[in-house]
Amino acid sequence: MNIATAIDSVPLEALPSASEAGPAPKRIVVAYGFWIFLLSDIVMFAALFASYAVLVRSTAGGPSGAQLFNQATVAIETACLLVSSYTCGLMSLAINSRNRVGMYLGAVITFALGAAFLTLEIGEFADMIARGATPQRSAFLSAFFTLVGCHGLHVTLGLIWLIVMMVQASVFGFAARVQHRLLCFSLFWHALDIVWVGVFTVVYLMGVSS
Amino acid sequence: MTEARHERAPGDKPSREMHPSAPSEFLVYTIGLFVAVLLTATSFWAANTTLLWPGGVFLGLAVLAITQMGIHLVFFLHITSGPESTNNVLALAFGVLIVFVVVAGTMWIVADMNANMTMPSGEPMSMRMQH
Repeated sequence: MNIATAIDSVPLEALPSASEAGPAPKRIVVAYGFWIFLLSDIVMFAALFASYAVLVRSTAGGPSGAQLFNQATVAIETACLLVSSYTCGLMSLAINSRNRVGMYLGAVITFALGAAFLTLEIGEFADMIARGATPQRSAFLSAFFTLVGCHGLHVTLGLIWLIVMMVQASVFGFAARVQHRLLCFSLFWHALDIVWVGVFTVVYLMGVSS
Repeated sequence: MTEARHERAPGDKPSREMHPSAPSEFLVYTIGLFVAVLLTATSFWAANTTLLWPGGVFLGLAVLAITQMGIHLVFFLHITSGPESTNNVLALAFGVLIVFVVVAGTMWIVADMNANMTMPSGEPMSMRMQH
């Protein structure tokens, strides 16, 4: 059931306050717990961002960001991730209105855009390594591969999670537990896009313009 | 289904009783996408243009990125200032505080150490690290 819709049908004064109402529904507890996890994940990314910012000039005579980064690739990657975040939102709308076709369509587009992002990123990494810019080359490259690679790893896990969720949705339908997991997935995917905003600004744009 | 007034799950849409004239969810996502694309395009333009003073580009990019993160939070994750979203906002505020402490604290401390660490030749550490 969509709780937000259910609440709408009851007048506000008739409801007891949250403290008198007993435990919150599972959907709220699950999503709130996952929200806490996402915030701790973002704190981890903050540590990686901080180490990148500290090490960005320590190129040890190797290539710098301005020599390595290709802005056109980054722009396409950004577009892929941004639009996939949008289609993920449309997928959760389809789930809320029990629209099976809409859900699968949203999932397929989200997956395709996420996979396109990942392909471009792996190609970019392979190109850098082929030019001698390996993680071992300098502290700057170690920090770069750790930060951007960690984000890429999250995207990979998100894609695997999306496949698992589609299998669960096809087997169990719109069961409550499947809906809770899909809500968590969409939170995860939106959070990854927020982290990517930090990555393309701090790593790529600031690296190229300075 | 539920008889109580509970907090809203993060990512769920706001209750219509608070905003009877709230726009449709599809519209909210679409506005969010539109604004995010606009901000991203501005960021890429600002990083490449020669029209702007280079010293200001850094700050401008930071402001654009923080704005876009806010847009994502409001339009995609539906974080609002409403009373039913208090728990989510408080958790987010704590997360932002920790992120700020980690990033700003690290950069401050390491910059300070760099300034105090002079090489035998008299060059600061940061100079040596550049080549």
